Amino acid sequence: MSATATTAPAPAPAAAPSHTRGPSALGGDLRRSLSLTWILAVTDFKLRYFGSVLGYLWTLMRPLMLFAVLYFVFTQVFALGEDVRYYAVYLLTSIVLYGYFQETTGGGVQCLMARENLLRKMHFPRIAIPVSVSLSALFNLGLNLIAVAVFAVAAGVTPHWSWLEFPLLVLALAILSIGFAMLLSVLYVRFRDIEPIWDVVLRIAFYASPVLYVIGMLPQTIQREMLAINPLATILTQMRHAVLDPSAPSAATAIGGTWRLLIPATLTVGVFVLGLWLFKREAPRIAENL
Amino acid sequence: MSVRGVSKSFRLPHEQYSTLKQRVLHPRRTHRFSELRALDDVSLEIGQGEFFGIVGRNGSGKSTLLKCLAGIYSTDSGRIEVRGRLSPFIELGVGFHPELSARDNVVINAIMLGLTRKQALERFDEIIAFAELEEFVDLKLKNYSSGMSVRLGFAVAIQVDADVLLVDEVLAVGDASFQQKCFDQFDRLKAEGRTIIFVTHAMDSVRRFCDRAMLLERGDVVDIGDPDAIASKYAEVNFGTVAGGGPSGAPDVPRARVRDVWCAADGAGRPEGGATAAVDVAQGERAAAAMEVEFVDPVDDPVFTITFRNDVRHTIYVARSDRISASGKFAAGDRVTVRFDFPNWLAQSVYTLTPGVLSSDGRIVLDMREDAATIRVTGGLATGGVAELPTEMEIERP
Repeated sequence: MSATATTAPAPAPAAAPSHTRGPSALGGDLRRSLSLTWILAVTDFKLRYFGSVLGYLWTLMRPLMLFAVLYFVFTQVFALGEDVRYYAVYLLTSIVLYGYFQETTGGGVQCLMARENLLRKMHFPRIAIPVSVSLSALFNLGLNLIAVAVFAVAAGVTPHWSWLEFPLLVLALAILSIGFAMLLSVLYVRFRDIEPIWDVVLRIAFYASPVLYVIGMLPQTIQREMLAINPLATILTQMRHAVLDPSAPSAATAIGGTWRLLIPATLTVGVFVLGLWLFKREAPRIAENL
Repeated sequence: MSVRGVSKSFRLPHEQYSTLKQRVLHPRRTHRFSELRALDDVSLEIGQGEFFGIVGRNGSGKSTLLKCLAGIYSTDSGRIEVRGRLSPFIELGVGFHPELSARDNVVINAIMLGLTRKQALERFDEIIAFAELEEFVDLKLKNYSSGMSVRLGFAVAIQVDADVLLVDEVLAVGDASFQQKCFDQFDRLKAEGRTIIFVTHAMDSVRRFCDRAMLLERGDVVDIGDPDAIASKYAEVNFGTVAGGGPSGAPDVPRARVRDVWCAADGAGRPEGGATAAVDVAQGERAAAAMEVEFVDPVDDPVFTITFRNDVRHTIYVARSDRISASGKFAAGDRVTVRFDFPNWLAQSVYTLTPGVLSSDGRIVLDMREDAATIRVTGGLATGGVAELPTEMEIERP
């Protein structure tokens, strides 16, 4: 009801009439929207490994197992990480961060479909659904980062003031991921092809981002282009510089000048704005198009 | 609440274009779709504290209207104004998760419906006590019977802080004693000045609770008014007399009253247990369906009917007196039992019986009681058809 004449809550029967204009992406009672988003995310997170013997442990085990396999292959078979300081910690951190992106966007594709029952039976700001998916993935990320921190300290990474940059990088990643989640969720309502397409995109993005390798292993020109078109690469590169190894190139260095960082930043904000715009446009008809 | 000129249509594509490939391969093919007008210029006013019923046949637009009122669907045109807080949901137990315990589900559901976590926890005991599920609080919802989870949903729903409640087909929940509790709650809500708008097929509850009711037919408002009149009209719509364009209009006071109806094996007589108990009737044997009618006014040649509907509400069989013979004259105060004997070739299923008394030309409904009794046809064949007719077979070889 963002565009309606009045959005003031009207608890008393004598209050001025408000117009019901149908569903929307945002709007309504903010407190209720937030608690709804929260409860959806918590329930989703709780149910993820519900009934499994190890429960929440799986949240940690999955990235750790993937890490173990990749670490073995890329240090023993390809001898990739030899020149990289803290390669193991870098690999684990980038897997965890990429995992958040994958979970939010991949889960975002089908999130509206999965909550069909709610959408058809209840009035609430539609945006709560993709945001809750991202929030639930964020819980996951939080747990994983605890493991990463333990691992990093054990590996001998020294805490540094520039660690304060890390939350900002996660924020940028979250903005990018939620942007994609909003975009993909409404597109999926119309085109069921989005699911296989996004599957492939995620796979490509995994290799097109410095998850297994570090950006310095690529030729200079490719470095610049990759960081310009792939905000994930920028975030991971800056993460390495700020958190693990101050001697590693920062994103600004790798992209060839601080001002050029505007390109991935614009892309990130652009995806978010596009996602929000499309989501708002489609929100009134999501329930009937499902 | 006031609704002015609300219309809503759905596009029904003839071919589903939901893949990109189809769009790419046939870019110029125009999208063929038919427009279904679910609501056509609907207007109504509902006052504070009113209990308003919306009735109509399947597909008449009542649930769509409710969803528009709740803000789940956007309207194409028209205006809906509400004074006060509207309940956001239209069905009980929205968002219940089968893997979680009742305890978790109650809290989650209550928060979804707009309570704070604190309020939800405060009212938790009250909710569980109302649903009479104290022993099962920590049981997963998937192990609940459907009746239990509906009770739980109802118990949460009545805690919601809204001035206007919207409910879709929920009055018939639980057993008789729980229904009574629900009705008491409705009375309480009404006494508190809340407005309740509900959609139903159960004319008994419309007659019993509604201050006013509305009959919808194909998206049009047929009539708004006194629940008794609307319930009779609903019966007429179901019978097709309104569609036939006849001079309809149910009398304010029914001219005849159906007192009772039952069906049993022929010769078994009135079954024990009243109309609520489902009676078993064996397939392939003769059965008897009977109704007891009391006349309020003198009526000439009324038509007595008993309609059998199966579990998916298809009309399977109608026993109708005027197809057999004229029924004669009845004086005010006459009390008669009309009995139809028939060979029972109905398929194995559960059937509801709807007795009716019509005027001699069949155009005016004097009284009708929707789904007043239930029978269960057992034994015999089960081929998947709606009837199992006695059949002989012969194979001829040339």
